[in-house]
Amino acid sequence: MNPRTFPLLATIAIFLVAYAICSAQYPTIFSSRVAGNLLTDNAYLGITAVGMTLVILSGGIDLSVGSVIAFSGVFIAVMLRDTGLHPLVIFALLLVVTTLFGAAMGGLIDILAMPPFIVTLAGMFLARGVAYMLTIDSVPINHDFYSFLQKSYYLMPGKGRLTFIGVLMLLTVLAGMIVAHRTRFGASVFALGGGTATARLMGVKVRRTTVQIYAFSGFMSGLAGIVFSIYTGSGYPLAAVGTELTAIAAVVIGGTLLAGGAGYMFGTLIGVLTMGLIQTYIVFDGTLSSWWTKIVIGVLLLSFILLQKGLVHLSTRQRGARI
Amino acid sequence: MIRSLRRVAPQLMTLVVLAALVSWFFPSFLQIDMSDGRLVGPVIDILKRGAPVAILAVGMTLVVATGGIDLSVGTVMAITGAVAASALVSGWGVPVALILAVGAGMIAGLWNGCLVAVLGIQPIVATLILMTAGRGIAQLITEGRILTYSDTGFGFLGSGSILGIPVPALLWVLTGVLVALLMRRTALGLLVEAVGVNKRASALAGVNARGLIIVVYMASGLCAALAGIIATADIRGADANNAGLWLELDAILAVVIGGNSLLGGRFSIAASVLGAMIIQTIDTGILLAGFPSEYNLVIKAVLVLAILMIQSPHLASEWALIRMQIARRRAAREQEV
Repeated sequence: MNPRTFPLLATIAIFLVAYAICSAQYPTIFSSRVAGNLLTDNAYLGITAVGMTLVILSGGIDLSVGSVIAFSGVFIAVMLRDTGLHPLVIFALLLVVTTLFGAAMGGLIDILAMPPFIVTLAGMFLARGVAYMLTIDSVPINHDFYSFLQKSYYLMPGKGRLTFIGVLMLLTVLAGMIVAHRTRFGASVFALGGGTATARLMGVKVRRTTVQIYAFSGFMSGLAGIVFSIYTGSGYPLAAVGTELTAIAAVVIGGTLLAGGAGYMFGTLIGVLTMGLIQTYIVFDGTLSSWWTKIVIGVLLLSFILLQKGLVHLSTRQRGARI
Repeated sequence: MIRSLRRVAPQLMTLVVLAALVSWFFPSFLQIDMSDGRLVGPVIDILKRGAPVAILAVGMTLVVATGGIDLSVGTVMAITGAVAASALVSGWGVPVALILAVGAGMIAGLWNGCLVAVLGIQPIVATLILMTAGRGIAQLITEGRILTYSDTGFGFLGSGSILGIPVPALLWVLTGVLVALLMRRTALGLLVEAVGVNKRASALAGVNARGLIIVVYMASGLCAALAGIIATADIRGADANNAGLWLELDAILAVVIGGNSLLGGRFSIAASVLGAMIIQTIDTGILLAGFPSEYNLVIKAVLVLAILMIQSPHLASEWALIRMQIARRRAAREQEV
């Protein structure tokens, strides 16, 4: 068996065990209603995490995603308020803007040879700053198309609602899986994560791939921003603060190596759902305070990293023995 | 002396340009008055308000010099503030509160350092763990409330003044000078740089790289504790949710504006501290100049990008290449003549 799949398998196993423990304590957690809510409540996080997974697979990091989500919400709300454009047109405009924004960051990272951390940090300030400049208030979205999107869901057996944004998240993860594991671009991303010099020797066009990676992340943050605006029904420049860190944590819990070059898109979905499950459990419990969420997520993060460290250590030793 | 002045010249020039720019919009920017035995004025305000980021930047410079990064400093500020405030509320007195807070900061640093140096986890993730979990711990200490206390002795650290100068301003200058002296008057600074340039090579050369990295993260924790104490003393209460929120990013930015490479190696504490003052001058200046505060972030982002472009190693080398080609062409032409 490939030791590289161990982190993914461990993630899935831990999620299933955690779900089983939660259901044993509160049987209602094991229902399609909770499952539906889990997907709906974490839809924007899941979509962001798909973009983040690709960035992290390439050995980079994107700190701007939370700000881009906030910017997207404000952009949509203000455009709907001030122009007569249809939401779908605005969505298309927004996705173009955020994709170009991501591409610009990727370009800067490669051209300036600066660490992604600091370039995307500047991007984070810029996106939130532009959101502030558009408005400093929370702008409500009242549009028939939005109510339609919010009300469209499939009633699962057990009266659970499989909402539009939940389905969109699942489809995004599927698309992300195809991009990361089944395309030439995905292979280049993995190669970059293994090392820039080796990737270049393998014939990967480093600059083009870097730009594409951050453009992909920008597109996904824009999509997450659309989903977030459907979810909250408003645009607010202070929204989604800290989402970048939650997304990074979800990606790491999902078994992707932060050094880049190893990981699975599907694991990220499980990572997002695991974090959602912890929150659901705390809500069901009712006596635990919200700060336990943070502590538990920190502990989970640590244990997954240690698990990965151990597995990488084991697999390198095995390989060494074989040689 | 001249060499170290040359090192911080870009930062000083940036400060002068910013001061001139703000004075243009707000003429009395550089004016300092005496009121109730303390100095008042925008510049004094900047020196005082910039204190937490400046102190964080001192510790962050050392961490960055080893090629690491410490995302947890803002959270550690919240933890140490909560520890100090709860000690004061329990009536244990100021000395105990200070010792406990500093101890908490050092323990936090020790934890980060061990994750990075002993377990070999990437610094970003290693400190991300404490950044996420730490705010939960701080809330656990304050039980989710804003802990307020009424101890004027402790409050002095945040809002008092000595010889008219605010105590926080004195504290950051003192911290910067002490750490810089410790680094430059001993071999410590050189060893830190050696670890940052190449950890394995320095370890092979006999540097205790592992121990040094742990110490550096502990120093960062110590600085965070100091910043946390100032923040808590300033508002006479510990707010686990908002104390030090996102200050780690400002501290990293200060270090980068100070011209220190995030990849590790040579560092200048003076430049980082000036970087912190640049950030505070921008923040205060935008408000004084009468811009709406919502422009703050965009201006900050543009400035950071400009500084990044100037510092970029890639552009610098390409620039050098172009200059060399020009020189060669000129030499060839002169030979023809």
